[in-house]
Amino acid sequence: MKTPAAVEIAHLRKTYGHVVAVDDVSFSVAEGEIFGILGPNGAGKTTTAECLLGLRTPDAGSISVLGLNPAVDQADLHVIVGAQLQQSALPGKLRVGEILDLYQSFYPEPADVAELVEALGLAGKRNAYYRSLSGGQRQRLSVALALIGRPKIAVLDEMTTGLDPAARRDTWELIERVRNRGVTIILVTHFMEEAERLCDRVALLDSGRVAALDTPAGLTALASGGKQVRFAASAPFDDRLLIELPEVRTVEHNGSHVIVTGAGQLVNAIILQLATAGVTARDVQLDSWNLEDAFVKLTGRNLAEEGVLT
Amino acid sequence: MTVLPKTTAHTALLSKTAPRAAFGNLVRNEARLAWRLPAGLIFGFAVSLLLLIVFGELPSFHKPQPELGGLTTFDVYVPILICLVIAILALISLPAALVSYRVQGVLRRLSVTPVPPSWVLAAQLVVQFCLAVITLVTLVVVAITAFGLPVPKNPGGLILASLLSIAALFAIGLSIAAAARSEIAGRVIGGGTLYPLLFFAGMWLPREMMPAAILAISNYTPLGASVEAMQDSMQGQFPPAAALLVLAGYAVVFGFVARRFFRWE
Repeated sequence: MKTPAAVEIAHLRKTYGHVVAVDDVSFSVAEGEIFGILGPNGAGKTTTAECLLGLRTPDAGSISVLGLNPAVDQADLHVIVGAQLQQSALPGKLRVGEILDLYQSFYPEPADVAELVEALGLAGKRNAYYRSLSGGQRQRLSVALALIGRPKIAVLDEMTTGLDPAARRDTWELIERVRNRGVTIILVTHFMEEAERLCDRVALLDSGRVAALDTPAGLTALASGGKQVRFAASAPFDDRLLIELPEVRTVEHNGSHVIVTGAGQLVNAIILQLATAGVTARDVQLDSWNLEDAFVKLTGRNLAEEGVLT
Repeated sequence: MTVLPKTTAHTALLSKTAPRAAFGNLVRNEARLAWRLPAGLIFGFAVSLLLLIVFGELPSFHKPQPELGGLTTFDVYVPILICLVIAILALISLPAALVSYRVQGVLRRLSVTPVPPSWVLAAQLVVQFCLAVITLVTLVVVAITAFGLPVPKNPGGLILASLLSIAALFAIGLSIAAAARSEIAGRVIGGGTLYPLLFFAGMWLPREMMPAAILAISNYTPLGASVEAMQDSMQGQFPPAAALLVLAGYAVVFGFVARRFFRWE
């Protein structure tokens, strides 16, 4: 990687008693990247994030966050790393504005509270008690608190859980704006759509191990073995015509349809090649895999079943 | 980077990265919460003041009683009511706040900021301490001005006895907060500790009337020692060393227990 790494994790291992939560996890996150840690419940996502925030001391392996060791340099770390955690609430009888002012005073160079509440759609809620907020509003306040110290890195654990689709999209836009200001973002999530939309790269965790590490598109391609194109040919043709293309991997016939798998600009390559033989392709369909399919393929398990029940 | 050697609880009271002003803000917010969730204020301050007024208005409470060593019932109850306040704030309010902060994840949230979660514990202690001192001063002043309690003859002894009592009871309260895993457990342990301690303080049977065996036990309980030390200060003697040592002992032992076993999440 050319850009300096914001986070370097090597051979991380963490056990709770006999339970191995995280085993030999390694990855690095470049500065300015949106990096996703993806996987079902119990995959070790939160433990990984907690080790990286210095909340847990790893049993083995090393972590460097902007040159700091989270387990020993916590005080310095939390000035430059903002976090949004699961299972963390705030006192119900404090007002949103009071909470923001309090957390703002924790940091040497904090963000502007007015700007932040505006961006998160909380401007009308500054006088509301925390306990009167909806789940989505609490979640947005939590994201605001993660960003209030103008962090260099923001770790967001399941930040859109409990948000309705519109609020989720608003939060995604906010995250992109924050990244455009140069903040590195580590996103812990089990939402495929979120990872596909936001992440530059994704570490797919399964049972405490990294099952795959790639861009969302790369993971999808890796799991599906590429793309799959179905079409009806106007005339019979020799399969070798397509097999010799670098983009094509397999050619199958299914009744009147031809199914071709491969990668790259598969559809264009097929159509151009068939044209040289005077054959046209009709009813062309490109089956694309999404990250959800990729997860099932890579881990042999259904993410939705295990992951959604947070 | 090599192996990560040790666990750091990040509970240091001195943090080089968190701005000092943050502590003032934490105290202010804890005070707001004490005002907005006024159970502690009502049961600590209002109930003890009300009891003081009721006792003060009863003519029979102002007659010197031979079985109370010549003191009036009112004289005897002033230090007991002071102990009631301290005990309610220390054993009920303090653990309730700290346990709920742990259970709800307030401490966990703070642990990823430059401010150590121990600061919110310290802020909570500051607020409860101020409440205890304000109530105690109010009780003594009202007792003197409205109901003719003799001005304490050894104010230095009374202040020392009060501070040691607060330290002992707050240390016990912090230990309850350390031990309780749920808010209900905190209330049960706090209440279960409060009533026996109040009994030995003489809430239902003044120490002067206790059988010798019960009195001997009372002398070694925190509130028994506290009432003894305060009553002696009011009558003009410096509090007995034994009572002060008992209070200091509770403060040290339970302070250590709380420090050793307090969990931040």
